[in-house]
Amino acid sequence: MAAPTSDADWSRVRLHVVTGKGGTGKSTVAASLALGLASQGQQVLLCEVEGRQGIARMFDVDPLPYAERRIATGLRHNGTPPGVVHALHIDPESALLEYLSMYYKLGRAGRALDRFGVIEFATTIAPGVRDVLLTGKVFEAVRRNSRNKGAISYDAVVLDAPPTGRITRFLNVNDELAGLAKVGPIRSQADTVMTLFRSPRTVVHLVTVLEEMPVQETADGIAELTRAGLPVGAVIVNLVRPRDISPADLEAARDGTLDASRVATDLEEAGVDVADGLVDGLLAEAHDHAERRALEDAQRAVVAQLGRPTYELPRLAGGVDLGGLYELAADLKKQGLA
Amino acid sequence: MSTQQKRSRPRFGPLATSPGPVPDLDVDALLDDRGTGIIVCCGSGGVGKTTTSAALALRAAERGRKVVVLTIDPARRLAQSMGIERLDNTPRPVDGLRTNAKGNRQGGGLDAMMLDMKRTFDEVVESQATPEKAKQILENPFYIALSSSFAGTQEYMAMEKLGQIHADAQADGSYDLIVVDTPPSRSALDFLDAPERLSSFLDGRFIRLLLAPAKGPARMMSAGFGLITGALNKVLGAQVLRDMQTFVAAFDTLFGGFRQRAQKTFELLQADGTAFLVVAAPEPDALREAAYFVERLGEDRMPLAGLIVNRASPIPQGTLSADEAMAASARLRKREPGSLTAGLLRLHADQTRMVEREALLRERFAAAHPEVPTAVVPALAGDVHDLAGLRRIGQLLAGA
Repeated sequence: MAAPTSDADWSRVRLHVVTGKGGTGKSTVAASLALGLASQGQQVLLCEVEGRQGIARMFDVDPLPYAERRIATGLRHNGTPPGVVHALHIDPESALLEYLSMYYKLGRAGRALDRFGVIEFATTIAPGVRDVLLTGKVFEAVRRNSRNKGAISYDAVVLDAPPTGRITRFLNVNDELAGLAKVGPIRSQADTVMTLFRSPRTVVHLVTVLEEMPVQETADGIAELTRAGLPVGAVIVNLVRPRDISPADLEAARDGTLDASRVATDLEEAGVDVADGLVDGLLAEAHDHAERRALEDAQRAVVAQLGRPTYELPRLAGGVDLGGLYELAADLKKQGLA
Repeated sequence: MSTQQKRSRPRFGPLATSPGPVPDLDVDALLDDRGTGIIVCCGSGGVGKTTTSAALALRAAERGRKVVVLTIDPARRLAQSMGIERLDNTPRPVDGLRTNAKGNRQGGGLDAMMLDMKRTFDEVVESQATPEKAKQILENPFYIALSSSFAGTQEYMAMEKLGQIHADAQADGSYDLIVVDTPPSRSALDFLDAPERLSSFLDGRFIRLLLAPAKGPARMMSAGFGLITGALNKVLGAQVLRDMQTFVAAFDTLFGGFRQRAQKTFELLQADGTAFLVVAAPEPDALREAAYFVERLGEDRMPLAGLIVNRASPIPQGTLSADEAMAASARLRKREPGSLTAGLLRLHADQTRMVEREALLRERFAAAHPEVPTAVVPALAGDVHDLAGLRRIGQLLAGA
């Protein structure tokens, strides 16, 4: 497969935020990216914030607690010892309690907060606070400080983020809090987090598939992120169909002019029992495939115009298991994203 | 299963019963049944809920129902083709339905509406409070943030709008079927729990604490409250707490109304005239979410009509297995790297593997939920952005 290449340099990035429309496989891409980075010898933290336990399922481990767990090792590459992928499932309640104990000596008041339902209020109801807590924990993982004793320092953090439709609001915690908290500690926390998010050490990658709506949503997402001053990274095109039929043959397949007798002869020579309907079936599949490929190519052109470094990942017919993740990680590495 | 094993609760795992044939979901019977007044399409994001809702609504309208479809976030071109690209929270008639001569039964019609969540919330406030009080609420920073970004507001407002349209339709007979698309939730919980969550928020101890000093000074100034305000001032800053108190106090009189409405909407969803359709793609995550929906709907006694599996891979012809095809493809490629037939065989192998995987996923779902009628909609080659495309999806849904 002629994979698009890019000479973009991501080596200084510390925080990779991965977003995408539902159904495009953003979690798969985030996990592959984490594995790919670990294969370069980096120590990587893969975070999820939507309470889905998707990481645990992909890596086939027990549901993750609010603690960094070692889940996989990168591939050995040119003799460099591989790095390790740790994973963290961030929930707002735990993040708030950790934050309070790290920064405030609240003592009895801290327990009272929980008893009076303030923790629940703050994390489920109070608008914006939930996102500040989630992004705040991600920030803490990227910039470990002396308060968190004995914590692992990571070379890179990969965030499996909320979908494209919500990503700008999620990252733009400053705006979210504007008007709510104009001063005070939570406000300064939000300001510090924003400084990192707007710096060149953060990038937001958008995952799409080559269909009209997801590509449109990707374009909208890029525009929104740019307006908010957030750094847009790569566009990762996922679930790409195989491209091993020549353009001329594709055109013939669309027109229904593929040479059936040639296919039949090939099949016989390859030792396939040419039963009734096999050749017709193959040609019909080719026709469908050619139509989809044409649509994909049209969308690929739209993606190219987005002006972002672009990477492509194949659709794995058997679905994505741990082996599949390594396969995709190797692909990202080969193309230069990881 | 052996008889010596006794469980307090009967379990029907995949081993206990052999999965029989899954009952087919008869979409046309559902649409034609005059008793069906509301259809709610739910499922995780990216599975085609919006398109499915629009296709069902169009098909029902062309079969003679007076339909309104509430969509949340349709693709731009689809919205344009339905004439609802403007977000004005009012149902608009959709042009271009098939006329009687072409098979439209008597009296059908279709309106469509795109939900403006903030506008809906504002309207509720305006209808419940005096003008001055409404103004005070609408300008409060807490209300602004709550009405535009509280997780669950969109879900709650979709249900609120459904309740409004249903009440209006009952009064003036404008519609006899409402099709609702649900927002792409973080999880199934958001949509089903939003009304409950809003109610419990309003009943919360914390809210009552906030209300107390605003109402009767010092009466509730318990040691606990002093501690809490102290802590909150430290973390949030004093201004946030003041805004919150003003907001909660201003909102107080509306709380009863909101709770009642949430309860009424919940009852409406449980009523006989409502049918839930769970939409999924043949992917593990989407089907897991669908299974969760099915279980939750059962627990909440919400009437489930069936499961729609969208975008299924088309079944390849012939009996050539994926492994045989791959082996033959490799042999051909060794001889001629650019062989067309090798490419075709690889496509066939991919297709067969995908169909097998999807069938397995559906079987697993059916083993756990054998009673759920299912419709499988094959993937179309292109995107749907006009009425003809919706009509085509409608036909596929109905198995026609």
